[in-house]
Amino acid sequence: MTRLKQKWDMFAESVSMSVTNITGNKMRTFLTTLGIIIGVAAIIALMTVVQGATDTMNAQFDAMGLGTLRVSITGTALKQGLTDAELEQLLACTHVAGVSPSLSATMTAKRGDTWSDSMLVSGNDGAFFEHNADMLSRGRAINAIDVAQESRVCLMDGDAAKTLFFGEDPVGQTLYLDGRELTVVGMIDQDENSSLFTQILLGGSNDGTLYVPYSTAKKLMKTSTVSTLEVYVTDPDETDAAVEEMEGVLDGIFNYKDDTYTIINMESMTEAMNLMTSMMTSLLVGIASIALVVGGIGIMNMMLVTVTERTTEIGLRKALGAEPGQIQMQFLIEAIILSLLGGVIGVAVGLSVSLAICVNTDIAFSLNTFAIGLGVSFSAAVGIIFGWAPARKASRLNPIDALRSM
Amino acid sequence: MSNDFFSMRGIVKQYQMGDELQTILKGIDLDIDEGEFLSVLGPSGSGKSTLMNIIGCLDTPTSGTYILHGRTIRDLSEKELARIRSREIGFIFQQFQLLPRLDAMGNVELPLIYAGVPARERRRRAEEMLVRVGLQDKLHHHRNQLSGGQQQRVAIARALATNPTILLADEPTGALDQTTGEQVMELFEALHDEGRTIVMITHDLKIARHGSRIVNILDGVLSEGVSAYD
Repeated sequence: MTRLKQKWDMFAESVSMSVTNITGNKMRTFLTTLGIIIGVAAIIALMTVVQGATDTMNAQFDAMGLGTLRVSITGTALKQGLTDAELEQLLACTHVAGVSPSLSATMTAKRGDTWSDSMLVSGNDGAFFEHNADMLSRGRAINAIDVAQESRVCLMDGDAAKTLFFGEDPVGQTLYLDGRELTVVGMIDQDENSSLFTQILLGGSNDGTLYVPYSTAKKLMKTSTVSTLEVYVTDPDETDAAVEEMEGVLDGIFNYKDDTYTIINMESMTEAMNLMTSMMTSLLVGIASIALVVGGIGIMNMMLVTVTERTTEIGLRKALGAEPGQIQMQFLIEAIILSLLGGVIGVAVGLSVSLAICVNTDIAFSLNTFAIGLGVSFSAAVGIIFGWAPARKASRLNPIDALRSM
Repeated sequence: MSNDFFSMRGIVKQYQMGDELQTILKGIDLDIDEGEFLSVLGPSGSGKSTLMNIIGCLDTPTSGTYILHGRTIRDLSEKELARIRSREIGFIFQQFQLLPRLDAMGNVELPLIYAGVPARERRRRAEEMLVRVGLQDKLHHHRNQLSGGQQQRVAIARALATNPTILLADEPTGALDQTTGEQVMELFEALHDEGRTIVMITHDLKIARHGSRIVNILDGVLSEGVSAYD
């Protein structure tokens, strides 16, 4: 008990001495800890921003729907897509809840004197809009009846509205697609999370996107087969089983020829992406750690100067009965406090920088507690490693020599 | 012959100075009785500082035996020497050696921290010692708010705090003017009257005369009395 108490008293005494020494020379303290500040700030900022970017991307993947597979048919020279009967075959799979074929093409849209020859037209069925209900911002979605009746209706996104109906409300108005008249029944939210994927999957550079019933699109594009479809799985956990089942069906359709179709599993894409970002994070943090090592050398240098400056004090303490271990502990604590101070400031700077980056981009900011813990414990470790040698030097000072150098 | 309180027999201290082996202390025999106020008088270069370091367990002799408070000081580790300094020796330096960032109380508490005295007891004893040296109204003054004489009184209170076996003073008046120096000497005499054992190293015969006994050191050889100065 007393022994513990004595240790605590020694500790408190060492901390108080360190604080006095550290605050007594603020400029030197700042310059000494700058290396640690930069190192920790870099680690925090990198990890927070990468984490934020990953979260944002994952949110977009999730918006695409877990349990959603994308099938893209390359086909053979003779058979380039799937017929309605073959779609029925896929729908018959036990793990498949729904199949939503989609067709897309760039077409010419006209409305009065305004026209655009690079309007992306996407044909989808009712199931697609049921699974992506939050895409709709106004009006009504395309439903199963529209598909069955080949209704001449369409939805459009903000870009298309800007191109064709600048300054007007497009809902209820009509337009012409390759000479066929269509009525606009609703609007698609442009900032919807999956817009990124729409762009990746459908191609980015165009005047906007029109969504029409799948059956209407087949007519417009003069085709009877479909080459792109979304497949909804009954249970996201059964995705792999569904993929296997579908592979069986598609292999049958294409006579087991290689490279006739691709099934993109969102989940596996997410995993691949996460692996990539975590590798990137490790690399960046590794580089940032170099700054920490340089900062540690700065602290070691400062502590060596301190030991020389306080030679007399060390001698006095020894004369008053301080054991070498107690002197060593005191200087080690000072080094640790110094580098922890740098670490804490570094965390604050790192968080501010990453907050600024996140606010100015579309990356979601989230407090990365792991990064903060890593930064703080790294800086403490630097204090211990680089404070060791100076503290040892102090503890080994001969008290006679130390006292004589007054 | 044998004195368990303080006894030195044939103490030799040699230093390697370049190629040369210098003998600073050439076989010192010294006994001190409990309650004595011993002045060690010697000019600079006589070896008195080296003797003080050995008495204070800051250094160990090359040969000879030194028994302090029943314990033979020989072949001890740094840690053991530190323990002995903490318990047996109260140092008083010429330059006072107060830590500037601590107030009077904090400075007096310092050796008590190393001796493992609990905080409350530490404060009680530090205050008691400061009152003893007449600084009851300067408990929380810092070094720069104290005169030289007051600083030396704080240093004396610090040396007394652990209730050491001997007070070891190295030129305690060396940095003080004559009047203040005399006052500090009066305090030493009062402590002596209370039964404290004091060893004072000095080159000043007038100061040395305050002791109850004077030994003289010259060229590493100790002799009773002040013959070298007569």
